[in-house]
Amino acid sequence: MARRNRGWNIIYHVLMLVLGIVMIYPVLWMVSSSFKEHADIFASMGTLIPPKFTIENYKEGWKGFGNVTFATFFKNSFIVAGIGTIGTVISSALVAYGFARIPFKGRDLWFAAMMMTLMLPFQVQIIPQYIMFNKLNWINTFYPLIVPKFFGSAFFIFLIMQFIRGLPLELDEAAEIDGAGKFGIFWWIILPSIKPALITASLFSFYWTWDDFLGPLLYLNQATLYTVSLALKNFADPTAVTNWGAVFAMSVLSLIPVLLIFIFFQKYLTEGIATTGIKG
Amino acid sequence: MTEREKRNNIMGYLFISPWLIGFFIFILFPIVASFFLAFTRYDVLSPPRWIGIGNWLRLLEDRRYHNSLRATFYYVFTAVPLRLIFALLVAMLLKPPTRATSIYTGIYYLPSLIGGSVAVAIMWRQIFGVDGLINFILKNVGIEGINWLGNPRTAIWTLIILAVWQFGSPMLIFLAGLRQIPESLYEAASIDGAREWTQFTKITLPMLSPVILFNLIMQIINGFMVFTQAYIITGGAPLDTTLFYSLYLYQKAFQSFDMGYASAMAWVLLVIIAFFTLLAFKSSKFWVYYESEEV
Repeated sequence: MARRNRGWNIIYHVLMLVLGIVMIYPVLWMVSSSFKEHADIFASMGTLIPPKFTIENYKEGWKGFGNVTFATFFKNSFIVAGIGTIGTVISSALVAYGFARIPFKGRDLWFAAMMMTLMLPFQVQIIPQYIMFNKLNWINTFYPLIVPKFFGSAFFIFLIMQFIRGLPLELDEAAEIDGAGKFGIFWWIILPSIKPALITASLFSFYWTWDDFLGPLLYLNQATLYTVSLALKNFADPTAVTNWGAVFAMSVLSLIPVLLIFIFFQKYLTEGIATTGIKG
Repeated sequence: MTEREKRNNIMGYLFISPWLIGFFIFILFPIVASFFLAFTRYDVLSPPRWIGIGNWLRLLEDRRYHNSLRATFYYVFTAVPLRLIFALLVAMLLKPPTRATSIYTGIYYLPSLIGGSVAVAIMWRQIFGVDGLINFILKNVGIEGINWLGNPRTAIWTLIILAVWQFGSPMLIFLAGLRQIPESLYEAASIDGAREWTQFTKITLPMLSPVILFNLIMQIINGFMVFTQAYIITGGAPLDTTLFYSLYLYQKAFQSFDMGYASAMAWVLLVIIAFFTLLAFKSSKFWVYYESEEV
């Protein structure tokens, strides 16, 4: 700010706070509604503080539907997001090292191909992929959601590459003189130095997989296999009478892992977005 | 040296092999396969039957397909500019890196973080529902609310507002770009008597133009692919005004099992996205300023 006077400062902070409240009001409203009694959700819709605080909605919502509780849905989501994340990060780190540090024939071509895939609409892939997974009898298993993650993800490969490129080459060279092979350099020199990039990639991978809706929608048709996002959609089915209190309660729970990541690792997320420009 | 080169070649391909194998199986093969499927009728149960350009001719006549194109273009060309303008405006207000601005940044980014989730989509459906939060607030100030999601003129705007609400991630990218512009440029301009608006158009915009280009391309690509929110909030209704491309493609492929037709749709989308990406790149030489040849 060029002109630092007090009046402008006050206006500025009032403006930013008002915008902030507008931005998070819907979320606060949903959290508050989840603790309201049924009648109050609609009767006292405008108030953020529940007239009568209750956790009944959470108890009811947790029961789920079709004899499957949300414990199962959360377990499924953690399995898919957890294993998927481990697979993505390990494979992406290996590939990133190969692209960033080993001068091999055809490297530029493959790297360009990889960057092109970032702009590819997923629609041109999902139909043949579906047919393929169907032929493998992988419908109603977690495999279609997990297995592809073990082949690296262009976003994370690029993110980790950016980080590796910032490391001094002398480290690699010194290790090579000491007789370390490429894998030794990767394991002993590179991996320990790129921890921040690995953390950022893990956080994004976990949260994207946790949020993913289309994948589970295509491949999981049994309630016992539903992930949280798919279960929520069925739980809030507009054609049936919706218990909004319970829906809000489970919606709030579904956001908690992502919110925890946000609270504890905000720096990694915001820096990850800023340095690579990946979508949030 | 050749021994070393040979070793590098082997090790290089070894390290990138996870991606390379995945590229052939999960990306290249599906793209080629969907191109061939686009010339067939295929319902998964019986083998694909070659019908030549039949699917492509259907695209020309399918009224619902035209509705979905109209809805998608309307959405992309309102939501993307609004989101970017908002992101840039707020980023400029957050430029000084102080404790307060970092708190504001976190708050404004939060909706982007959770905005793609099913939970927020369901929340949005409630907020704009007939008995929803918006109508409740309107009623308190004496205005009769309307059926936002059922009205063909307003339904798509609930989705556009949802997109603009998530301006946080382009904002972060703009913010990083803004903070890299050397302060000395502004100081020099001030000494020369340049007003704030002149500084904005002559310094900020040119210096930021590569970041604007990047954001524009990414947002357009993502805009064309929006699925979850429309699927949950409006389901394409009313009168197909929110029948986004991905949604119609999903209905054709996985509800009608009209996979050949859907593959043709997917290829048209690929061409549309490639066209706009290329257009952005090609036009960039007229409006994107690169400081030097290096980098």
